[in-house]
Amino acid sequence: MSTGTTLTRRGVLAGGLAFTFTFTAGEGAAAQPGTGPLNAYVAIAPDGTITIQAPVPEMGQGTNTALPLIVAEELDADWEKVRIETAPVRAAYDSPIFRSQFVVASLSVRGYWMPLRMAGAQARRVLLDAVAARWGVPVEQLSTEPSTVVHAASGRRMSYGEVAGFARAPATLPEITPAALKPVSAFRLIGRDVARFDVPAKARGQTLFAMDVRLPGMLHATVARSPGLGARPVSHNGAALLGRPGITHVLPLDQGVAIVGERVEAVLAARRELSVQWSPGEGAAHDSEAALTSYLEDVRDATKPGVQVLRTSEPEQALAGAARVHSAEFTSDYVYHGQMEPLTCVASVTEGGVEIWAGTQWPSLVRDEAARILGIPAERVTVHMLTMGGGFGRRAAIDYAVEAVHVARAVGRPVKVMAMREDDMANAHVRPMTAHRIEVGLDAAGRITAWRHRLASDLVVPQLYGRARLEAQRGVDHIVTYHANVAHYDVPATVTQHLYREHGVRTAPWRGIGAGPNAFAVEAVVDDLARQAGTDPLAYRLALLRDARARAVVEAAGAMAEWSRPRAGTHLGIGFSKLGLPQLGEALAATVAEVAVDRAAGTLRVLRLWCAADVGLAVQPRNAMRQIESSLLWGVSSALTERLTFRDGAVQQSNFTDYEMLRAPDTPEVQVRFVGGGEVPLPVAELGLGTVAPAISNAVMAATGRRLAAIPFTQERVRAALAG
Amino acid sequence: MIPLNVNARAVTVEAAPDTPLLWVLREHLGLTGTKYGCGVAACGACTVHLDGEAVRACSVPVGEVAGRPVTTIEGLPGGAENPLVRAWVAVQTPQCGYCQTGQIMQAATLLARSPRPSREEILEHMQGNLCRCATYNQVVDAIQHAAREA
Ligand code: FES
Ligand code: FES
Repeated sequence: MSTGTTLTRRGVLAGGLAFTFTFTAGEGAAAQPGTGPLNAYVAIAPDGTITIQAPVPEMGQGTNTALPLIVAEELDADWEKVRIETAPVRAAYDSPIFRSQFVVASLSVRGYWMPLRMAGAQARRVLLDAVAARWGVPVEQLSTEPSTVVHAASGRRMSYGEVAGFARAPATLPEITPAALKPVSAFRLIGRDVARFDVPAKARGQTLFAMDVRLPGMLHATVARSPGLGARPVSHNGAALLGRPGITHVLPLDQGVAIVGERVEAVLAARRELSVQWSPGEGAAHDSEAALTSYLEDVRDATKPGVQVLRTSEPEQALAGAARVHSAEFTSDYVYHGQMEPLTCVASVTEGGVEIWAGTQWPSLVRDEAARILGIPAERVTVHMLTMGGGFGRRAAIDYAVEAVHVARAVGRPVKVMAMREDDMANAHVRPMTAHRIEVGLDAAGRITAWRHRLASDLVVPQLYGRARLEAQRGVDHIVTYHANVAHYDVPATVTQHLYREHGVRTAPWRGIGAGPNAFAVEAVVDDLARQAGTDPLAYRLALLRDARARAVVEAAGAMAEWSRPRAGTHLGIGFSKLGLPQLGEALAATVAEVAVDRAAGTLRVLRLWCAADVGLAVQPRNAMRQIESSLLWGVSSALTERLTFRDGAVQQSNFTDYEMLRAPDTPEVQVRFVGGGEVPLPVAELGLGTVAPAISNAVMAATGRRLAAIPFTQERVRAALAG
Repeated sequence: MIPLNVNARAVTVEAAPDTPLLWVLREHLGLTGTKYGCGVAACGACTVHLDGEAVRACSVPVGEVAGRPVTTIEGLPGGAENPLVRAWVAVQTPQCGYCQTGQIMQAATLLARSPRPSREEILEHMQGNLCRCATYNQVVDAIQHAAREA
């Protein structure tokens, strides 16, 4: 996939998308003795310490170890000597996929893969050129060992630290082509586990989250946010709260009211007594129960074509001519991100510009929005990319950073704007609720001839990327509709139609995006078809999957689980899902779930998960497995308990007491194995999610002959399904 | 003025007695290793030790702890060499890390009374500590690792 890529000093990486990537010397590493910045990513000190910039912030997925490790590999650095810094927000660190510093879609390692290899190779080349000149030998005669330049012919060796004594970045950096990169077989670091550099501080409470930033003269603030898009504060009782000790300001904002004060406890106490009257926003009447009913009507009403997301061959004709049509309906409720650190941002606006401390997935957008709000050039905005206390898509939205800038400007002092958990949940940027109707045409021999997936939901793309993007994509919301298809199965005619309604509900990408609800629907139907054909569901998939990689993960998951071994009191189910875009490479996964059903109580227990995944080249295998495990457990959590509902336009849940996420005692044992592989890393951190709900539902089907068709599988719903 | 005994040091703070201990630790004393996650004793991110027992600092008024020993992650004996901290690093448990100090403080009280806990015992004991990154299996591994090393 990366073959044929070339990179010049201002080069273009080709490979399906138009990538641009620029190396510029002089940015990044703080001034220190030694080489200074050899390019945007690397600086080497005379003691041999190698400073490597991590271009994106860490949100728990381990990229701030994995990304610098890629640079270190091509630099041929001794990993023990590497120090990692989080880069500033500058174009030099943009992801070639997003042309921005933006952590989303599990594309950090995939996106920075070539640029970071090139950067490492380029820095190495600068060192080699400097040594060649010093020793008077052709550069071709030099090689490297970890942090050492070697001239084999004369037996001379020089450490990178010594080289740093005289090597400097030339005015024009050497051009690097992919031919200069190491072959994958020569990797020393990539593919071997190293300790994550962020872990020791995290185990001691020494990591700086935005929540932990304390500045001289800093005020505290919290914001009561309007219940839905477009609702604005009309009146509030803030004047009465202003007189209280420690409360300095009550500020109406565009979609909220901020309480500001000297002490956080005073601010939070005042927040509890703040009441705000809102103008009716776009979603003032939103009721999730009623909306779900309308979604189901939409997917059943064949006269509504919706947006055509995908179409192959002539599915309508094939369905009309089918010997038999199997149809089934599914739903999923709204879910909340529940990142453990409530949204927090610190901002300080001065004459010179603005300084922002935030855990954000989109630092470049924070910078640009702050510049726009304040009417200053982007160069006067400093964004410190802090470690995020979880992101999962919520921090792709920057509402909380925008508010911090407004509040900081208004109060003229540094201010920390922190959401109370209740406000964080009330201001949930949800994964849209969905309804699905799938219709499958079968011929007389039981072979699938056509597949129609009708999906109804709200949208994410206009809120994340703007309405123009949705229009440019002909109305296709690629986030919500992700995996609403059977592209990996051998189905001759397919169509996916999206019937969307916008409810004024705030939305954002949520881990696994559309794969969560869509793979659930698809994989439940595949299982039902297998049963109707009298075939084992795993064998049915192996026969129906058209590509070898997909068959390999299904086969491996089955082998891990000992699929055919009879169990006492538990049942197995399988689900298949994927992550990534076809043009950048898709990671694939299959998971087997072992489930115990308590029919009397109407409860499920997920005991074990076995997941086989093909993630291409795993840069850090252990960490990649942990990320997949984490995404699998999100799958369990969202399949079993997570549920956000709206009434009169407002979220009805308020805290972790009534929004239930997976806790320790309900955690299944998890095994993850990699199969396949390759020379390019594929997306990892969301991969497992879509496999789990169908695996659980299919296991319950195996146990009871009843289909759980609504996520989450609450006790009430399980009881109803078993009774029905 | 409320006299406190935090991490074996006597300090006094100027806070209303109903102020949650959490904010006194974090904002008055600068001990930011103890985290805010929910404020209602539902997540465990704020777990500290009071008289040697794990409590949720968000739900303990500072007035109630006057003079009683409070230990936060910063005061965990041994610092980086504490067996739990070492185990957390060896197993590479943290992902985003935000919940992990609470997990460690909660785990410490289990090991204090059950030196070789089973997986079930651990999961039960950690019930009140949410980890949205879902590192629960690694929390189990780390606690058992620490138990073996101790
Ligand atoms: S913040 Fe105290 S338990 Fe959640
Ligand atoms: S490590 Fe992220 S919440 Fe536990």
